[in-house]
Amino acid sequence: MMNSANSNNHHQKHRLAWLRWAAPLAVFLLLLLLFWRGLSLDSSTLPSPLVGQPMPAFSLEMLHDASVLKTEQDFKGQVALINVWATWCFACHHEHPMLMDLAYLNRVPIYGLNYRDDREAALSWLEALGDPYQFTVFDPDATVSIDWGVYGAPETFVIDQKGIIHYRHVGVITINDWETVFLPLIEQLEQAA
Amino acid sequence: MHKFLNPARKKRLYIVLFIIAGVSIALAIMMTALRQHINFFYSPSQVAAGEVSAGQRFRIGGLVVDESVMRVEDSLQVRFALTDGAQEVWVTYAGILPDLFREGQGIVAQGALDEAGVFQADEVLAKHDENYMPPEVAQALAEAGHPTQLSTPDAT
Amino acid sequence: MLPELGHFALILALLLAVVQAVFPLLGSFYQKPAWVALGQPAACAQAFFLVCSLLCLTAAFILNDFSVAYVAENSNSRLPLHFRISAVWGAHEGSMLLWMTMLSLWGMSAALASRHLPENISARLISVLGWVSVGFLLFILLTSNPFERLLPYVPLDGADLNPLLQDIGLIIHPPLLYLGYVGLVVPFAFAMAVLMSGNLASAWARWLRPWAVTAWVFLTLGILLGSWWAYRELGWGGWWFWDPVENASLLPWLVATALIHSLAVTDKRGMFKAWTIFLAIFAFSLSLLGTFLVRSGVLTSVHAFANDPARGVFILILLGISVGSAMLLYAWRAQSLREEVKLHLWSRETMLLANNVLLVVMTLSILLGTLYPLILDAFNLGLISVGPPYFNAMFVPLAAPLLFLMALGPHQRWSKTQPSEWLGRLRYTFAISVTLGVVLPFVVTGSLQGHVVLGLALACWVLIATLQDLLGKGMRRGKGFTGVWQLPRSQQGMVIAHVGVAVCAIGIALSSQYSQERDVRMVPGDAYTLGAYTFLFEEVVSGEGPNYTTTTGLFEVSKTKRGGEQVIGTLAPQKRLFYVRNQIMTRAAILANGWRDLYIALGEPLDERAHAWAVRIVYKPFVRWIWLGGLLIALGGFVALFDRRYRQKVAQAFQGAIDLGRLKPANAE
Repeated sequence: MMNSANSNNHHQKHRLAWLRWAAPLAVFLLLLLLFWRGLSLDSSTLPSPLVGQPMPAFSLEMLHDASVLKTEQDFKGQVALINVWATWCFACHHEHPMLMDLAYLNRVPIYGLNYRDDREAALSWLEALGDPYQFTVFDPDATVSIDWGVYGAPETFVIDQKGIIHYRHVGVITINDWETVFLPLIEQLEQAA
Repeated sequence: MHKFLNPARKKRLYIVLFIIAGVSIALAIMMTALRQHINFFYSPSQVAAGEVSAGQRFRIGGLVVDESVMRVEDSLQVRFALTDGAQEVWVTYAGILPDLFREGQGIVAQGALDEAGVFQADEVLAKHDENYMPPEVAQALAEAGHPTQLSTPDAT
Repeated sequence: MLPELGHFALILALLLAVVQAVFPLLGSFYQKPAWVALGQPAACAQAFFLVCSLLCLTAAFILNDFSVAYVAENSNSRLPLHFRISAVWGAHEGSMLLWMTMLSLWGMSAALASRHLPENISARLISVLGWVSVGFLLFILLTSNPFERLLPYVPLDGADLNPLLQDIGLIIHPPLLYLGYVGLVVPFAFAMAVLMSGNLASAWARWLRPWAVTAWVFLTLGILLGSWWAYRELGWGGWWFWDPVENASLLPWLVATALIHSLAVTDKRGMFKAWTIFLAIFAFSLSLLGTFLVRSGVLTSVHAFANDPARGVFILILLGISVGSAMLLYAWRAQSLREEVKLHLWSRETMLLANNVLLVVMTLSILLGTLYPLILDAFNLGLISVGPPYFNAMFVPLAAPLLFLMALGPHQRWSKTQPSEWLGRLRYTFAISVTLGVVLPFVVTGSLQGHVVLGLALACWVLIATLQDLLGKGMRRGKGFTGVWQLPRSQQGMVIAHVGVAVCAIGIALSSQYSQERDVRMVPGDAYTLGAYTFLFEEVVSGEGPNYTTTTGLFEVSKTKRGGEQVIGTLAPQKRLFYVRNQIMTRAAILANGWRDLYIALGEPLDERAHAWAVRIVYKPFVRWIWLGGLLIALGGFVALFDRRYRQKVAQAFQGAIDLGRLKPANAE
C-alpha cells in the first residue's frame, strides 16, 4: 500500500506537499499565541476573594510595642498600602529598597504586616535596612494573615479611605508595577472619594 | 478536476482520506481520554456557592484553618477546614499528610464532596513554599526536571 | 572579586558568541575563509569563559560568599561541601548558567568536529550554535544573573539549599539531564546548516548520528536519575508522576528516540531526509519548550507562586525566534528535499517509519495533556489539572504496538524482505512469549491481570526476538561469541537498548500491578505483616546531622519462610528537621534486592505520649528493573557510539556526491 502510494505520484504529491511544513508551522504559531496568553494569565491566578470587601476585623500587637493593640480601624482614613513581610523571606529583601523609596516619596502611607516571624529578628531587620512603615503589626501565628487570604510573602494590599480592599499584589512590587498598577489605582481611589 | 481521477489519483485520495481518518480517530481518543481524566479546580468559595455537586471529582485549594486539624483516635483519619479567606470547607482524609502540611499552610486536595458537603480527599498536596521570590522549591525542582511545588504522599 | 570576574567572563562569552554567530555566516556568503575561520576559536574561547564563570560561582558557594544573592538564597555555612557545590545548580540562575556552559561545551565539540564537514555546512553550523548561545547568554545576563550582589546589607548566613535537593541524586541528575537537553542543539544547528546550504546529500546523516545518540544517552540517564531521585526523595514510593516538568524532559526524549531511528534510515538508505531534519528541529524545539514551561511558571500557575513573567516572555521570544526561523527555513527548503520514496511494507524502513509515527503520536498526546490546562485557562474554561490516568490511558495503547514492532524491526532487511524469511523463526517466539506472559503470572500469583499479561508477553517477545536476531547475525560472522563480538557496535548497541526496553517494560508492568502499599498507625513494639514480610517497629531514636536533627524509626524486617520467620534486615526511615528553613523532610528507608523493594517511610507523629506514628509500608516488586532497563538503554546508545563507521572521515563521504557550495573546497586543516 505504501509502495504504490508513494511512488509514481509525483505531481499529486506536489500539491499536498505544502502541508508537510505548513501544518507544523501553524501548530507552532498557535502554541506561541497560547503561551503568550498563558504568561499574561499568570498574575491573575490568585484572585483574592477579599477584593471589593472591607478589611477583615482584627486586633494585633504592634511590632515595636507589644502593649499597643492595633485594629483595622487604624488603617482607615487614607488610601494606603498594607505590605506583608517577614525576615525569612528573601523576596522581601529585594522588595525592601523599593518600599524605602515609596516611603520617601510619601505618596501613600504604608503599613507593615509582619508574618510568621520572630519579633527580635524583625526589629533588627528594620533597624538595619530602614523602616518604611507607618507602623507594623505583628502576626507570628498568621491568624490574621489567613483571614486576609495571605499565601506567602511579600504581598501588598491596596485599601481605600473606608478600608475596602481594592487590590492584592502577589510578590515583589517593581517600579513597573508601581507605575502601571498602583499609582493609577491610588489616583482613581483618591478621586472617587 | 473529476476527469483526472485516474487510478493513481484515486489511490492517493484514499491515502489522504485514510490519514485524515487516522488523525481524527487519534484526536477523538485523546479528547475523550482528556475529558474523562481532568479535574477541575475550585476554591472554597465556589464550593460553598454550590458550584460543585456531590460525587463530582475535583481539586480544592486553600489555607488550612488554624486549630482545625483533628485526628481520629487510633487511625490515620484526619479532618481539617480549608479556607480561601471568605469561606471554609471541611475536608477529611485517611492517610499520611505531606511534610509541609501545617495549619496556615496552603494546600491542594483532590477528591469529591459527600452528601453532607464534606470534602472526601484521596490525595493531599502541600505547597513547598510560601516564599514568592525566590520561589526556591517550585523553581529549583522544576528546573531540575521534577515535580514542582507539590509533594504528594500518594504513589502513582 | 570572584563574582565580578564570573560576571565579566559571562559578558566576554557573549561577545565571543556574537563573533561566532556573525562572522562564519557572513564569511560563508561573501566567500571570506578568514571570517569563517574565526568561528572555531570563538566557540572554544566562549566555552572556556563559561567554564570560568561557572567555576567562579562554584567558588562563591564553597567560600560561603553570602554577599552574592544567589548564594545567600541557596546555601548556608552549615551545608556540607558536596551540597554547597551541587547548590550551584539548585535554583534558576545557577542551573541556567550550568545549562549555558554545557551548551557552549557542545558547541565547542561540534565546532571542532565540524572540520570534517564541507565548509559551507560547518560555517553555518558554527554560526547557528553561536546564535543560540547569544540568545541564552542575553537571557542570563538580562534576567537571571547569578552574580548579583546583595549590597550593602550582606546576610550573615544563607537561607540554605532546599532540603529536598540535599540528596546525592540532585548532585548528578541535573548536569546529566542538561547535557542531554542541550545536546539536542547540535542536531538542530546541523539541520539548520543543511537547510541553509541546500546541501542535500544524505552523507551528513552519518556525521550527525553519534551526536544525536550522545545527547540521547545523556537525556536517558538524566531522566532515569530523576525518576530514581523522585522515588527516594519525594515519591513516597512513586517513580513517575506525569508532572508537567517530568513531561518536559520526556517529550524531547521521545522525539530524540525517533530521531536516532530515522537518522539510521537516512544514513543507510538516503531516505526520510526532510523528516529527519524536521525531527532534529522538533527535538530541540521541545527542549526549549520544556525550558520555557519549567522556568516561566505558565503551566503550574494554578498552584505555583514561582513565576517571573519577564523570564517567561524572554524565553518565549527566544523560542519564537529560533523555532520560528527554523520552521520557516524548513518550509522554504522542504520542497527541495523532496525525494522519491519506495517503501515496501516488509522492510526495515517501514518498521522504522512506524516507530517514528508511534513515537511522534505519543509525544503529541503527552504534549496535549501537558498543555491542556493552559488551553482551558486561556479560554477561561476553568482551572483544571490533567492527572496520571490520562497519560496512562494514552501511553499504554501506543507503547504496546511500539514494543510489538520493536521485535519485528531488526528481522527485516533494508529495502525489502520476504515475510517467509522471518515468519518461520518468529512464529515460535510469538507463541512462547504469549505462553510465558499467561503462564508465569498465573503460576506465581494464581490470578491473571490484563496489563501484566500484555506487558510480560510483549517484553518476552522483544527479548527473545532481539536475541534471536543477534545470535542469527552473529552466527553468520563467526562461531558463538566471537561472531556476536564482531558485529558492528551500532548493532550490538541496538540489541542492548532493546533488551533494556524489555527489562523496563517488565519492571513497569509488574511493579505497577503487584505493588502493595499500606498506611498504618504504629507504636514501638507493633508488628505489621504485609504478604510474606513482617515489619517490627522497634523504637524511635533521635540524632543529629550536619544541618538537621533526625528522628529515626527502627524496623526489623523478617520474612516468613517454610522453616519459620527469618530476619532479613533492619530499616531506618528518618524524619529530618532542617534548621535554617525549619522544614521537615521524610527520608524513606529501602531494603532492595533484584526482585523487590521494601520501602518504609515515617509519616507524622500521631500521638506524642504513645509515640504513635503514621507509617507507610510499601512492597514494590521488580521496581529496580525499570531503572536497570533504563541503564541498559543508555548503555546501548553508548556502545553504538563506538561503531567504526562513525569515525570514518565524513568529508570523504561528501566528496563527489555533492558540489561543495559556493566556497572553495574545505582546505585540509
